[in-house]
Amino acid sequence: MTDADHEVEDLLRTLAPQVLGALARRTGDFDASEDAVQEALIVAADRWPRDGIPERPRGWLLQTAQRKLVDHWRSDDARRRRERLTTAREVVGGPEVVNHDDTLTVLLLCCHPALTPASAIALTLRAVGGLTTAQVASAFLVPEATMAQRISRAKATIRAAGATFEEPGAEELPQRVRSVLRVLYLVFNEGYAASSGEGVHRTDLTDEAIRLTRAAHRLLPAEPEVTSLLALMLLTDARRSARTTPAGDLVPLAEQDRRLWDRDKIREGTALLDGTLGAGRGFIGEYQVQAAIAAVHDRAEKAAATDWPQVLALQGMLEDLTANPLVTLSRAVATANVHGPEAGLAVLDGLGERLDGSHRFDAVRAHLLELAGCDEEAAAAYRKAAARATNLQEQRHLSARAALAAHRAPAPRLDRVAHRTD
Amino acid sequence: MTRYLLAVDFQSGPDDTPMEQWQPEEVTAHLDYYRALYAELEASGELVDHTILTGPDLAKVVTSDGTRSVVTDGPFQEIKEWVAGFQIVDVETEERALEIAARVSAVPGRGGVPTQQPIQVRRVMDEGPADAAAMDDFLATVTHDHH
Repeated sequence: MTDADHEVEDLLRTLAPQVLGALARRTGDFDASEDAVQEALIVAADRWPRDGIPERPRGWLLQTAQRKLVDHWRSDDARRRRERLTTAREVVGGPEVVNHDDTLTVLLLCCHPALTPASAIALTLRAVGGLTTAQVASAFLVPEATMAQRISRAKATIRAAGATFEEPGAEELPQRVRSVLRVLYLVFNEGYAASSGEGVHRTDLTDEAIRLTRAAHRLLPAEPEVTSLLALMLLTDARRSARTTPAGDLVPLAEQDRRLWDRDKIREGTALLDGTLGAGRGFIGEYQVQAAIAAVHDRAEKAAATDWPQVLALQGMLEDLTANPLVTLSRAVATANVHGPEAGLAVLDGLGERLDGSHRFDAVRAHLLELAGCDEEAAAAYRKAAARATNLQEQRHLSARAALAAHRAPAPRLDRVAHRTD
Repeated sequence: MTRYLLAVDFQSGPDDTPMEQWQPEEVTAHLDYYRALYAELEASGELVDHTILTGPDLAKVVTSDGTRSVVTDGPFQEIKEWVAGFQIVDVETEERALEIAARVSAVPGRGGVPTQQPIQVRRVMDEGPADAAAMDDFLATVTHDHH
């Protein structure tokens, strides 16, 4: 891509939700407006780099999208057409006023609680992020037609849930913001996960999640959990280049080259997090505590300097907030770092059933057994974890750990040797 | 969303009459069923891919020690468990993958009776973990040699 292409793409993606908001507000037809804006974006992405950016890009996009929408309505069936054309005349003839930024309303609608996470993510990336269907499809490694269907269905679900293009009332807002945060967090995860391996073409999603969360933060500056989520993303993403080897293998936190960590992101994330703590009123939020844990790791200049008692205290808070057994699992690791491996293993008691055969339970158990010097049991637990792992990097890592632990373990007993040679 | 490979091999269901001996309308019904199923899975945004492989008659098996390779032609003895075709679906839950596999196994065969061929349901390995916080914890957990 040339610089001109990048400039156009950045502009289009900022304007996309604003133009969609304006069109949906005028017509009351979010579904068709969204399709029309998508078509207008494709036309602009083709023309602008060649012909130059129009003087009033937002007005140009809005007008092009309106034309597409009217074309769509004309092709609709006769009865609907009559109703629509009345609106269409009003729309096209109306003065072009785009002062009100409806990005937040668009975002809240795309993350509607009636949607499954997968459909909300797809719709948000297209309607708010301004990505094309093809880009969203390639980010999730599915055919374009499949992704297009997912987006259409998402819009149909919103319609069926009776949601309209309006700002939610004050009493509904907190719950709707929570849905938005969940979706943005999942987009970040997708990119974060993919950037650690073969799916290098998916790394864009991490940046996209940060860009969208920045937008949400700009629109909702007083919501501490929005600020905290942005902080969490920055504090986590800061470690991106140190997290994998050039070959794509995982580098554990303790061994990462901390000089590769992005200091600017850490500074920005820490400042955002401090802002939420300063807000006072005793607010404690899930993303805030997660960001605080990430900040403790980012502050340590070397692994040995990590303030584990602080991590342990924060994980206790997070556990109270979420009651998530995976948090208990993390607390076991922090406990081991503060009070020794046996204390960590004690936290694991009874947790296995709650995690229902998750390979992460066996991975942590293996690690703590290794720390306690029980290499043979550690090797067995690592093997069990590797057999159930569902992602490639973790599986490779766990298999290597199993081999190392087995290598350190006392020489195999005779019966086992006999068993192996058959 | 999680990807699953739904694979079918050459093991038949209760009726082992080969397709070449079915009535033409039975074959049509069989193919129409697949077509409708794929249209439905595409519309639900779950279908990633579907493929049918050529038969074992055209297959070759290759082994190599790195310098010399040996290519074996058929006919092969144990072909029952060879892959004959597959679908890849991207679904919310494992239950949904099992449900789709059941639909595949119920494809009508001779006399319109479901073939009941066994369908293997295999989760595709993710390229990364599904959760950034969990990944961080994972990286905080696993360290290299402690001894």
